[in-house]
Amino acid sequence: MASTSERILEVRDLVKHFPLTQGIVVKRQIGAIKAVDGVSFDLHKGETLGIVGESGCGKSTLAKVLMALERPTSGSVKINGRDIAHAKGGELKRMRRNIQMVMQDPYTSLNPRMTVGDIIGEPYEIHTEVAPKGDRRTKVQELLEVVGLNPDHINRYPHQFSGGQRQRIGIARGLALQPEIIVCDEPVSALDVSIQAQVINLLERLQNEFDLAYIFIAHDLSVVRHISDRVGVMYLGKFVELGKDTEIYDRPAHPYTQALLSAVPVPDPDGREQRERIILQGDPPSPANPPSGCRFRTRCWKAQEICAEEEPLLQIRPGTAHESACHFAETHDVVHVG
Amino acid sequence: MKKTSADVLPGLSEGGAPGDHPLLAVDNLHVEFQTRAGVVRAVNGVSYTVGPGETLAVLGESGSGKSVTAQAIMGILDMPPAVIPKGEIRFKGTNLLKLSEEARTQVRGQRIAMIFQDALSALNPVFTVGWQISEMFRVHRGMSKADGLKKAIELMDRVRIPAARQRVHDYPHQFSGGMRQRIMIAMSIALDPEVLIADEPTTALDVTVQAQIMELLAELQRESRMGLILITHDLGVVADVADKIAVMYAGRIVENAPVHDIYKGPAHPYTKGLLESIPRVDLKGHELYAIKGLPPNLLDLPTGCAFHPRCPYRQDNCVTDAPPLHEVSGTRNSACHYWREVLDGEHQ
Repeated sequence: MASTSERILEVRDLVKHFPLTQGIVVKRQIGAIKAVDGVSFDLHKGETLGIVGESGCGKSTLAKVLMALERPTSGSVKINGRDIAHAKGGELKRMRRNIQMVMQDPYTSLNPRMTVGDIIGEPYEIHTEVAPKGDRRTKVQELLEVVGLNPDHINRYPHQFSGGQRQRIGIARGLALQPEIIVCDEPVSALDVSIQAQVINLLERLQNEFDLAYIFIAHDLSVVRHISDRVGVMYLGKFVELGKDTEIYDRPAHPYTQALLSAVPVPDPDGREQRERIILQGDPPSPANPPSGCRFRTRCWKAQEICAEEEPLLQIRPGTAHESACHFAETHDVVHVG
Repeated sequence: MKKTSADVLPGLSEGGAPGDHPLLAVDNLHVEFQTRAGVVRAVNGVSYTVGPGETLAVLGESGSGKSVTAQAIMGILDMPPAVIPKGEIRFKGTNLLKLSEEARTQVRGQRIAMIFQDALSALNPVFTVGWQISEMFRVHRGMSKADGLKKAIELMDRVRIPAARQRVHDYPHQFSGGMRQRIMIAMSIALDPEVLIADEPTTALDVTVQAQIMELLAELQRESRMGLILITHDLGVVADVADKIAVMYAGRIVENAPVHDIYKGPAHPYTKGLLESIPRVDLKGHELYAIKGLPPNLLDLPTGCAFHPRCPYRQDNCVTDAPPLHEVSGTRNSACHYWREVLDGEHQ
């Protein structure tokens, strides 16, 4: 469905390195944390791209670069054909209207001294053309209603709301400027189980209503599967596999994806003794000094000499229908999530 | 000379487990917190038992009282503001709540140990991990620094921390999240406890690391036949490791059952709602089932059944009468007036 509609986000060879320096008076660069190291993907109107990976793999840095909160070291982020990563001044401001963010922690991402009305209406202070001053209150009340909150609570403070309600406030703020793209960085992981489903349903309803495109970053693989049209699996700053949700979950081709999926506990005790489980040993290597060749080879059971010498590119491999970055890619049905 | 626990707890001599007593039994426990805003009833009559080698999963959302119950078992609640007005916690038949603080100290860490959720804040940042692990041996066993450190290296090997001999001198911040959790586990199993309480041991970790830690815990449990109380909100983890489950809501157990029974057919609407709200493959593109409303305010619990404002099975008597823990089968209970309808899957 997505490939036919128009492409609104085009990310090409995106790289973000954070310099490591030594010395107090004379700073010398001694290396770099390669947080994002060559990421390319497209996003279409109304589509959801899920991004999964372990902590430290660069998911959140990627989100920040997409939002133009960090400048990339190289590469481009084109929204409707214009590069936000190199835009400045008024142009950057106009482009930012189109890409908004919902943060992970609804307890720290809302200013406790501002009323809900001020929080949701703050984007209008910056982008005055969206809502003239007189209209703002009505606009905010409409938004509260859209996300399922009582419009009469516009003068309340964040502490008067529960976690799930606060996340709704965060979503309302993200919607205020009528963006086409919303980046959701772990939007439900801080919420209770019974509340997560409410927020996921809300995000899906809003997507249908406003034809939004989501970048959905999460570590909960069953939530990502539920909401995503396509999924990208990240490891040490790179995509190791990218494809349609059914492809990734039912026919994963990269060993890392297979290990990741098999590690997800299945909420069904039947047959738990027989379940195949690939347990990765150790922790991911440091992004300051990633292994040569394939970055996953130090934890991979398929690793051969070629893996240390030649970096596998993200491409469609024989026998698979989606892109993966492994010399020995081979579809393998592991355990099903959810 | 250090006293051994046998001196203080005559009924608890090593190996001689008294007859019919379960390893650990929590019986009708109540815990309240006196706050300025009023009395918070965090735990309202919780009962469960754990046997040797058994894994009990305590499932619940934040504020359901699952951690407070664990803290009461360990005797690490701040009292005041916490008060335990009613109930017993029996370890091999001895009521821990009646013991002196000195006797309690002998049980804590040695017989019953605990792993905390956030290893970074549970470990002391200004001491090396070797020092913190060996503290168990210095304090409880009266060992010298050198012997304690040797023991610490052994334990770090046992929880599979690579290069234990070198890393024993490192500080907590020099370890990754998974490795820190291994250090917590090493500390907790140092003195071969009979009961281990794990309070959300993997919540802050990635799934790959979570799988490593859960495997390690299962292995240690097989070796030593510890009773394990696993506190969690993750229905996947529970399905993987638990023998039986106690589901908590608003400080009460609303359902307890062997693990297979619950996943086959829950007998309480709350359990049912939790299970149905998990995203499943066949529900893709559909709306998820969501339990409506919000978790209850513990300062002002709803009348009758605490779950009634959110319950699809609600009848008039749910608002007025708190349901007792009905017996569903010999090993299973549900605190719902209409457990039969819930179990049959009838929707109201």
